[in-house]
Amino acid sequence: MEEISGYPKVGEFLMRHATSIISLGISSFLAILAAAFAHDKAFASHMWVLAAVLVISVIVLLRRENFQPAAAVDPSAYMDGPIRYGAIATMFWAVVGLLVGVIVALQLTYPALNIEPWFNFGRMRPLHTSGVIFAFCGNALIATSFYVVQRTSRARLFGGDLAWFVFWGYQLFIVMAATGYLLGITEAREYAEPEWYVDLWLTVVWVAYLVVFLGTIIKRKEPHIYVANWFYLAFIVTVAMLHIVNNLSLPVSFLGSKSYSAFSGVQDALTQWWYGHNAVGFFLTAGFLGMMYYFVPKQANRPVYSYRLSIIHFWALIFLYIWAGPHHLHFTALPDWAQTLGMVFSIMLWMPSWGGMINGLMTLSGAWDKLRTDPIIRMMVAAIAFYGMSTFEGPMMSIKTVNSLSHYTDWTIGHVHSGALGWNGLIAFAALYYMVPKLWVRERLYSLRMVSWHLWLATLGIVVYAAVMWVSGIQQGLMWREHDEQGFLIYSFVESVAALHPYYLIRALGGVLYLSGALLMAFNITMTILGYQRDEAPSGGTLPYPQPAE
Amino acid sequence: MSDKQVDEISGVSTTGHEWDGIRELDNPMPRWWVWTFYATILWALIYAIVYPAWPLLTSSTQGLLGFSSRSEVRKELAAADTARSSYTAAIKEKSIDDILAEDQLRSVAVAAGSAAFKMNCVQCHGSGAEGSKGFPNLNDDDWLWGGTAEQIRQTVAHGIRFTKYGETRDSIMPPFADVLDGAQISQVSAFVASLSAPAKNVELVEPGKEVYAQNCAACHGDDAKGNKEMGAPNLTDAIWLYGSGEEAIAAQVRAPRAGVMPAWETRLGDAAVKELAAFVYSLGGGEK
Repeated sequence: MEEISGYPKVGEFLMRHATSIISLGISSFLAILAAAFAHDKAFASHMWVLAAVLVISVIVLLRRENFQPAAAVDPSAYMDGPIRYGAIATMFWAVVGLLVGVIVALQLTYPALNIEPWFNFGRMRPLHTSGVIFAFCGNALIATSFYVVQRTSRARLFGGDLAWFVFWGYQLFIVMAATGYLLGITEAREYAEPEWYVDLWLTVVWVAYLVVFLGTIIKRKEPHIYVANWFYLAFIVTVAMLHIVNNLSLPVSFLGSKSYSAFSGVQDALTQWWYGHNAVGFFLTAGFLGMMYYFVPKQANRPVYSYRLSIIHFWALIFLYIWAGPHHLHFTALPDWAQTLGMVFSIMLWMPSWGGMINGLMTLSGAWDKLRTDPIIRMMVAAIAFYGMSTFEGPMMSIKTVNSLSHYTDWTIGHVHSGALGWNGLIAFAALYYMVPKLWVRERLYSLRMVSWHLWLATLGIVVYAAVMWVSGIQQGLMWREHDEQGFLIYSFVESVAALHPYYLIRALGGVLYLSGALLMAFNITMTILGYQRDEAPSGGTLPYPQPAE
Repeated sequence: MSDKQVDEISGVSTTGHEWDGIRELDNPMPRWWVWTFYATILWALIYAIVYPAWPLLTSSTQGLLGFSSRSEVRKELAAADTARSSYTAAIKEKSIDDILAEDQLRSVAVAAGSAAFKMNCVQCHGSGAEGSKGFPNLNDDDWLWGGTAEQIRQTVAHGIRFTKYGETRDSIMPPFADVLDGAQISQVSAFVASLSAPAKNVELVEPGKEVYAQNCAACHGDDAKGNKEMGAPNLTDAIWLYGSGEEAIAAQVRAPRAGVMPAWETRLGDAAVKELAAFVYSLGGGEK
C-alpha cells in the first residue's frame, strides 16, 4: 500500500489516486454504454461484469483516498509493492486454478457434475487451463521477474506506477477471460480462448510489462545482463508476438462478443499450434528457467554451474522451440514436410532443454548436503527433475511412431501435468517460499516443516497423476487401434471411455493431493505475512550430521 | 570489472561477473551434452533428407524414401481391401438370406457388421445394441419394422423417416390431443397399459377399449399387436420406446414422438449394409 505513494505530481496536493479514479470512472461509464448497446446478450453480460469490477475499483480507491501529500520516493530503493501483491495473487490463483482442475477431473469421472450451462466441462476446462497457466503461472512470472530484474540490475523498476498498471491490468484480463468462459464467450483456440476485446486489453498490458522490464534492464547499474533476465525477456517478447499473431481476427461487431480468425483451414490450425506449443515453450519453459536461474543459486548460495552452457542452451532453446509446433498436428491435413520439421526440431530441442536442467542441478554441487536440511532446496531439485523428465518425454512423444499411439489420448494430459505441476508449480512455490519472508521482512517462514509436507503431498500427487495418465492413455490408444485378425475393430469409442472410469477417479485423487499441498502453502505464507513463526524443530532432526566430504 | 575468483568448493574459476551475490563458474559444457546435441542435429538432417521436409515455392522436397502419409493410407486401405476381396465380392453379389445360409460367409459378415456397428450405430443404439429411451433395443425380438434378415437390411439401407432419402420407411402417428378430450386420452391410456400390466384404474379400461377401437385399431390392429408394414408398435408386450405406464402412454397419445434413422445405403454402400443387417440379425432377436 505504501508503494502507491509513488504517484505523479497531479495528485500531490489533492488526490493521490486522481488519475486512476478518473480513468476507471470513465471506463465504467463506457462499459455500461457497451452493455446497453451490445450486439449480443453474452457481450452485454460481459460488459456488466466489467462495469461491476471497475465500479468496485473506483469505490475501493475512493475509500483509500487520504488527501495527504505523497511521500517522496527513494529512487534507489526497489519497488516491491507490485511484487508483494503479485506473490499474494500467485498464491490465490494457484489455489483457484488447482481447485477448478479437481472439479473438472471429477466432472470427467462423474458426468452428472456438469452443471448446465455455466459450469459444464466445456466452459470449466478453459477456466482450469487459463487459471493455472495465465493466472497462477503468469502472476508468478510477473512477480518474480520484477523481483529478479531489480536485484540483478541494481535498479528500481522503470516507469514509476506502470508496474502497478501491469499488475492490476493483468488481474483484469484474468477476470474478464474467466467470466467470459463461464458466459460461453470463446474463440475456441486452446490456451487463447478469450475473445478479441480481452485479447486487445492483454496486448496493452503486455506492452506495458515489456516497457517496465526492458526499461529496468536498460537503466541497470550492472555491466552485464544476468542470464535469468535473458530468459524473462525472451519470454515477454515472444509471448507478445505469439499472442498478437494467433489472435488476429475480425469482430462481427465492435459491440459484440464474436470474432472470426484471420486464418482458415489447416493454416489456422498451424498458427494455433505454433502459438500453443510456444505458450508452453516461452511462458512455461523460458520464463520459468529465468525463475530457476535466480532462485536456485540464491537459495543454494552457490555459483551457477556453467556460464558457457547457459549461453549455448539459451540460444539453442530460443531458436529451436519456435519451430516445433507442427508436432501437435501429426497425421492431419498438415502437409508432410511441415510434420517432419515439427518432429525433427522437437528432437533437436531435447539437449537445449536439458541444458537448463544440468545448470540447475549442477549449481547445487557443493551444496547437496542442504537437501537434508532445506525443504525449499528439495522442492527446487524436484522441480528440476520433473522439468528434465517432461522435456525428455516431449521430444519422445513428437516422434511420429510414438505419436500415432499417444496423440489424442490421456498420455498427453499426463505429460502436460508432469510439466505444469512438477516443474512450473514446484519452482514457483519454491520462489514464493524464498521471496515472501524477504518481501515482508520476516526472519523466516512461518514453518519449514510445512514446506516439507507441501513438497511430499505435491510430489505424491504428481506421481499418481502422471502414472495413472500413462496407463489410461496407453490403454486408450491401444483400444482405439485394436483389431481382430480379419482387420475388424474390436472396441467402439464409448467402450474406451467407459474403461477409463477408474483411472479418472485416481487422477482426481492425485489432483486433491496436489491441491492440499497448495492449501498448506497458502496457510504457511499467510501466517508468514502476518508475522507469525511456528515453534518447531529444524528439518532434518537435531542429531549432528557428519560434515560433507570435500 | 573482471573479478575472477576461484570457487573454493569446486576449485573452478568464476567468470568474474556478479549479480546480487550470484556468480558463474567457468565450467565447460558437459561433453556428453554437446555430443548428444550434435547427434540429434545429425539425425534431424538425415531424417530431413530421407523424408519430405524442405518447403519449396509451391511444393516441398519429397525425400529419398518417397514417403507420403496419404499414399501410406491408400496402400494400407488397398491391402485391407485385397485381404477381404475373397468374401466382399460374395457379400456384394448374394442376398442377405444366402449370406446367412453359408456358415463361413455369415461369420465374416457378422464380424464386419460388428465393426461397422461400433463406428456408426453405437452412438444411438448403445455399445451393446441395448438401446435407450427413444432408441430401440436390437437384442430383443420386438421389431417395429420387421425382424427378418431382409426387413432389417431394408431398415438399415433406407432409414426411418429420413425424408431426404425417397425410399425411406415412413409413417407418423398423428397427435390425438386435438381429436380426443382429456378423459378419452386417460381411458385409452389405461386400456393400453392394461394390455401388458395389471390395470391401475380399472374403471377406465372398458371405456378405453371403445376409444381404442375407434381411433387406434386401424394402425395398431384390433388385437393391438401392431403393424410392421407401417412401423406401428406392438402394444401388448412390456417393451416401451418412450416409457411405460399410463402417464407416459398418455403423453405419447397427445403428442407422439417418433425417431429418425439415417439411410445407411448411401453412406456405407450395399455390402456394409448387408454386413450390419447380418450382425443385428445375429444378436438373437431375429425372425425367420
